[in-house]
Amino acid sequence: MAEIVLDAVSKVFPDGFEAVKEMNLDIADGEFMILVGPSGCGKSTALRMIAGLEDISEGELKIGGDVVNDKAPKDRDIAMVFQNYALYPHMTVRENMGFALKLAGVDKGEINEKVEEAAETLDLTQHLDRRPVNLSGGQRQRVAMGRAIVRDPKAFLMDEPLSNLDAKLRVQMRTEVARLQTQLETTMVYVTHDQTEAMTLGDRVAVMRAGALQQVGTPAELYDTPKNLFVAGFIGSPAMNFMPAEIASGKLVLPIGEIDAGELAGGHGDGKVVAGLRPENFEDASIVGDDLKRERGLVFEAEIDLVESLGSDLYAYFHVKSEGVQSDQLADLVEDRLDETGAANIREGEEQVVARLDPTSEVKRGGRTELWADTAKLHLFDPENGKSLKARD
Amino acid sequence: MGRGSRDYALWSIAIVVVLVFALLPVLWLISLSLKPSAAITDQSFIPTEFSLDNYKSLFEGGIDDSPFIKPLINSIGIALITTVISIVLASFAAYAIARLEFPGKRLILAGALAIAMFPPISTVGPLFDMWRTLGLYDTWPGLIIPYLTFSLPLAIYVLVAFFREIPWDLEQAAQVDGATPFQAFTKVIVPLAAPGVFTAAILVFIFAWNDFLFAISLTSSDASRTVPAALAFFTGESSFTQPTGSIAAAAVVVTVPIIVFVLFFQRRIVSGLTAGAVKG
Repeated sequence: MAEIVLDAVSKVFPDGFEAVKEMNLDIADGEFMILVGPSGCGKSTALRMIAGLEDISEGELKIGGDVVNDKAPKDRDIAMVFQNYALYPHMTVRENMGFALKLAGVDKGEINEKVEEAAETLDLTQHLDRRPVNLSGGQRQRVAMGRAIVRDPKAFLMDEPLSNLDAKLRVQMRTEVARLQTQLETTMVYVTHDQTEAMTLGDRVAVMRAGALQQVGTPAELYDTPKNLFVAGFIGSPAMNFMPAEIASGKLVLPIGEIDAGELAGGHGDGKVVAGLRPENFEDASIVGDDLKRERGLVFEAEIDLVESLGSDLYAYFHVKSEGVQSDQLADLVEDRLDETGAANIREGEEQVVARLDPTSEVKRGGRTELWADTAKLHLFDPENGKSLKARD
Repeated sequence: MGRGSRDYALWSIAIVVVLVFALLPVLWLISLSLKPSAAITDQSFIPTEFSLDNYKSLFEGGIDDSPFIKPLINSIGIALITTVISIVLASFAAYAIARLEFPGKRLILAGALAIAMFPPISTVGPLFDMWRTLGLYDTWPGLIIPYLTFSLPLAIYVLVAFFREIPWDLEQAAQVDGATPFQAFTKVIVPLAAPGVFTAAILVFIFAWNDFLFAISLTSSDASRTVPAALAFFTGESSFTQPTGSIAAAAVVVTVPIIVFVLFFQRRIVSGLTAGAVKG
């Protein structure tokens, strides 16, 4: 067990592409750290640098206090679970799991003991003498994890270990991973592009974009106080709604109405801003109590484009007038957001907004409804650099 | 009668037809080789009288006088040397082509393909002249070089196809598991590449072993003549007898190593060994 420290670590590939830019990250002993970001953001490269599979171009990497920049993977005492499992096809499950110990020269009896112990934890005992080809996806995944845990390494590195499983199995293995980490209390670095995995698994989450670390914090911190537009848009599902807004003489002008800018504006003077509001911060105005309506928030009328009822929740899609929110941070997210919300039919001059309403709401597709927005939960961002107006640092 | 069992019956018939077509000449050859010279032309499929005279005549007279022993040694030596060199070179080339990006990669593959398609017969004349000038005519290298030329493309193609299938992530997994790069190669990659290497080796060996064109054109004596060429020079016991029996016996003898070779490595060629390494 050990802490892992990345001190201004950079990775520049021979073709000049800068995959990771001066990354600073302290991962405490026993911590479950998640690296998350869209594909190509450098999260896997960062992990592979920790593993020693990728050279570090600049900066310093410490595992357990020792600088390991120039150490081969085998001398770093870390275990890694690969995205495609990378099981040895010519070995049985038992041999696969014991391979590392065999290389380390541990005697046979002890290897067997450890392998069987790990197999017990992972419910693989009856499969020990089978070959990977005869196992299901979930079983292979568990063998890959078993191969890592028999070694009792300083740290586990996981590279999107669940992405090849189907949705149901993924949820199951997710709880398994969480249980395992609590049980083993070993430092774990886990790479994923799935923000749900990131939010549910990690002690802390590091959000990356284009090789640069955006924000590191607990899932709740990232959700409640995103430092910039990218983090705000990436964390949460359905994603946060963004609309153009303007601060003018103490007032915040939104496409859905006008409120006192007050503390929201921070030190920001008059000018354009980007306003973000999560879907659950909207509600059907007829359901919200009058007291609450009077106290804060904004009641506005919207034409509902689409209603999706999931039983527990009800998603209402509507649109607001907007010349579009311009930010390259958001451009990175567009594809992800399209996948999630299906908001492909954004019309020129309009911005689609998703509201998560109480399932008892009676909003109808095509109808005009009064909605209430909890403006106390508004996030405001500088349109120039994408930074949150609240989180100044 | 269900669809399944009818399919099964049709397949069985098809397989029997193919087997008869392929094996009948071989059985006929074996039958001929076992007949005494007087009975060669008796037209019976199963010999009425068995004799091993034909086989004995092949080896009679020891290494100097036998018409067969020297060619057999030449065949084995030339085919084995060709196989070893060809596989070593092809492995390097295929490894590079399968794993690395380098300029000229497509050119190498296209060149290999072009050579494989080139008709060997059109190289025989020039080779004959060149080899006589260079002193390679009627020597082992004189045959090994053209065999290498034509077997390398074949071996490279087979090996590239195999190497591409190997999940190279395994090498990294092994390194993280504590293996040195060399251990990762020998303990993980080699076992996975072995079936491909054996397949290529068998194909190259059979190619060199069976060749007649180069063997007949580029040799003139027992110093380097291989069995397929030597068969053409077999003579009967007298100038009035056909050497049919001894040729049949020799043909059977040269077939045996191939069968042994294939049977021996059959288990190693089993494909699908790499299945299940990565996501399925």
